[in-house]
Amino acid sequence: MLNRYPLWKYLLILIVLLVGVIYALPNLYPADPAVQISSTASGTALDQERLDRLTQALEDEGIDVKQSELDGNSALIRLDEADQQIAARDILDDQLGDAYTVALNLADATPDWLAGLSATPMKLGLDLQGGVHFLLQVDMDAAVQQRLEANASAVRDILRDERIRYRDTEIGDRTITFQFASEEDRNAARDLIADQFPDFDYENEDGSSGAALTMTFTEQAVQALQDYAVNQNLTTIRNRVNELGVSEPLVQRQGPSRIVVELPGVQDTAAAKRIVGATANLEFRLEARPDTPDREVETLNFRNDENRSAELMRDVIVTGDHVSSASRSFDQNNRPQVNINLDGTGGSMMSRATRSNIGRNMAVVFIEHKTRTHTVMEDGEEVEKREAYTERGIISLATIQSALSNRFRITGLDSSSEAADLALLLRSGSLAAPIYFAQERTIGPSLGAQNINQGILSVELGLLLVVLFMLARYKAFGVVANIALGLNLVLLVAAMSMLGATLTLPGIAGIVLTLGMAVDANVLIFERIREEIRAKMPAQQAIHAGFERAFTSIVDANITTLLVAVILFSIGTGPVKGFAVTLSLGILTSMFTAILVSRALINLTIGGRPLKKIWI
Amino acid sequence: MRQLDFMGKRRIAFAVSVLLAVVAIGALAFKGLNLGLDFTGGTLVEVRYEQAPALDDLRSQLGDQGFEDAQVQTFGTSNDILVRLQQTFDNDVGQRVVGILDSEANPVDLVRAEFVGAQVGDQLRDQSGMGMLLALAVVMVYVAFRFQYKFALGALISLGHDVVIILGIFALFGLDFDLTVLAAILAVIGYSLNDTIIVYDRIRENIRKSQIDDMAQIFNESINQTLARTMATSGTTLLVLLALFFLGGDMIHNFSIALILGVVAGTFSSVYVAAALLLAIKLQRQDLIPSKKENDEEEELP
Repeated sequence: MLNRYPLWKYLLILIVLLVGVIYALPNLYPADPAVQISSTASGTALDQERLDRLTQALEDEGIDVKQSELDGNSALIRLDEADQQIAARDILDDQLGDAYTVALNLADATPDWLAGLSATPMKLGLDLQGGVHFLLQVDMDAAVQQRLEANASAVRDILRDERIRYRDTEIGDRTITFQFASEEDRNAARDLIADQFPDFDYENEDGSSGAALTMTFTEQAVQALQDYAVNQNLTTIRNRVNELGVSEPLVQRQGPSRIVVELPGVQDTAAAKRIVGATANLEFRLEARPDTPDREVETLNFRNDENRSAELMRDVIVTGDHVSSASRSFDQNNRPQVNINLDGTGGSMMSRATRSNIGRNMAVVFIEHKTRTHTVMEDGEEVEKREAYTERGIISLATIQSALSNRFRITGLDSSSEAADLALLLRSGSLAAPIYFAQERTIGPSLGAQNINQGILSVELGLLLVVLFMLARYKAFGVVANIALGLNLVLLVAAMSMLGATLTLPGIAGIVLTLGMAVDANVLIFERIREEIRAKMPAQQAIHAGFERAFTSIVDANITTLLVAVILFSIGTGPVKGFAVTLSLGILTSMFTAILVSRALINLTIGGRPLKKIWI
Repeated sequence: MRQLDFMGKRRIAFAVSVLLAVVAIGALAFKGLNLGLDFTGGTLVEVRYEQAPALDDLRSQLGDQGFEDAQVQTFGTSNDILVRLQQTFDNDVGQRVVGILDSEANPVDLVRAEFVGAQVGDQLRDQSGMGMLLALAVVMVYVAFRFQYKFALGALISLGHDVVIILGIFALFGLDFDLTVLAAILAVIGYSLNDTIIVYDRIRENIRKSQIDDMAQIFNESINQTLARTMATSGTTLLVLLALFFLGGDMIHNFSIALILGVVAGTFSSVYVAAALLLAIKLQRQDLIPSKKENDEEEELP
């Protein structure tokens, strides 16, 4: 019989719709703004009494607490208002002190039975909830320079150990050149180091003033360094962002040498940038003896006193990379200090160096890699030039009293916040290569809320207009199309939630556009049915023919749009990607609802019955 | 149902299209697109004042602090101020601008701050251009595969026509061309193609079905048959776009303008440019029914 579906088809459609409704539901329960408290030190567990006092403190300051829950060593306090979140964190921070970290969070409000089905709401993009977006560029030229300097210093060590005399080293873009007094020295050096430094191509150069050896960093080595540097930086930045206490941060590699960082809810960009982009590190060096040859000596200034300087050995005992943990504390005079634990290698390097140098001075050097940007005119166009430079300053210079082990502390810091920052940076690890900010977006929370409201309003109005239009034009069939349209919206939201897609403002625009275009398939079918009826075809046949003949047009038209959406996805970034995702999902769901669901509805209501006239 | 003679008026439509395209290309060549921050690099700061400030005061305040090239304009309401700086001094320029503008008497709230490095902008511009070309190429291959190469040519020219006209209008009125507008243009390519393919589909069906050889008449019939659908779909799409334009907020204002222009141009071009071009490049029944042609040749064999 015409226009009847077998039972299984109805069931299949029903199941799909049911799943759609379930996975779309969590979006009706927006996440609660919350603060998360967790203890950093062991043995300082929270108890219910303490938590009650904390919530009371919040209430006293006029902050509405919705709910608080204790979970082992951490606690979650849900708030009513998102704009009280930061104030609440500051109050709790004051009350709890250093033993706890207090972080902003968004607590899921999805009912348990939905959460049990792992149904979660869509994430909101930065443009909808406010926050900061950074695009960081890993400075590869500087990374190569650093690697060359490290290698040059290692080669110097070997040459000195083997008593091969060299005159001078010079570091170029990708090369290190050693000058030797004689060819024999050069050849001996080459034999010695060529095996140990396989990342280089070696070349002899003979000039008037003696023999030289040029080491060139190979292309593969540069590639490997780039991969290593970007991945290492990713890890470091992730550690740092976690220490910042941001809910649902995103740290992701983009392209060969860029890293995206998104911090929802963060408003203080200056602090975020100081922590994310900091390239600070420490070096421990011995002070030079009066008889140390000049080329092994470097003169550095003290950080807190420009006029004071000291002569230090070029060679480094240990760097901050060997720090396994670091924390801030205060000495008996209430001056800030940083307690440092070194890892195994670092510890043995430190004890070996200090054991044989008791009585000498050791300096702690603070290093920061920075980049300067300046614009120059080139071929009549302004071009940005970046110049990497390194700032070194002595934090402290103290006499080695006894052999140091892997635990010690650093004093001489300017302020307690500087000590805290330094401890955080040492804990999270240093950046393998300097980074600079290639892009930055801050979206205030008011703009986010405004974007959401306007977005929802335009979805509602758009939907209403389309519904009215379809009713006016297709009457009873318009009702079918409108039901299909509503289900399409449900399925689209469900699909986005399931895929963990992020909803952005252009994403909402994509939904609105999809709504307008989703009825296209129904319009095509209905117009075809009308046409067949005008051609005096009986009603049931007309419906059948309408669906059948419109099918190829619908598929062709939608596949091409889908192709464009896929291209949009692959070239776009951030918000534009969100638009592409909603557009392509919308095309798929609209084909399902417009072709299958609306057909099922028609079949179910009037299919197979003798009809004289249909109201279309 | 009354039949409209679309193909009879095609010369007028061609003239209109060519005129629009020439004006658009002229605007692009002489005025150029007003590229947004995403593509040029630079700094943008949006702040909200409690009371509407005088723009000239803000300009001189910024100028005194070394930001001589700052563009200051209102954004949406007169309390919302947008400051643009072409060059990027350093990363904290956003904070500094807020610091300069903020005063006790009239405090400001930072709404958003964006900073895009020049290199990122350049790269994005190249990538976007490539993306647009790639989209057109892929679509053309698909149409050539599903229909025939003459259809692909028609579709390509009609899509190019839409894109050029939108770009031209953006250039002519100096509207900001940012990443969202680019997304809108790619969506227009998808939408306009959708329209074109529906018309083509009907033309193909009618050529195969009908016995007459007058292509213009077949095209006219096909366009008339799909006209109701074209109008209904464009109508609903325009309705939601108008909702987006009026209610969606300032950040997607230009996005909706581009889409509205695109829907109008796309509807026009699928009727006139895409279909009428098939006449111009002499589409014949044999193009769509190759098997018959082979049979003809076989009969001629001795």
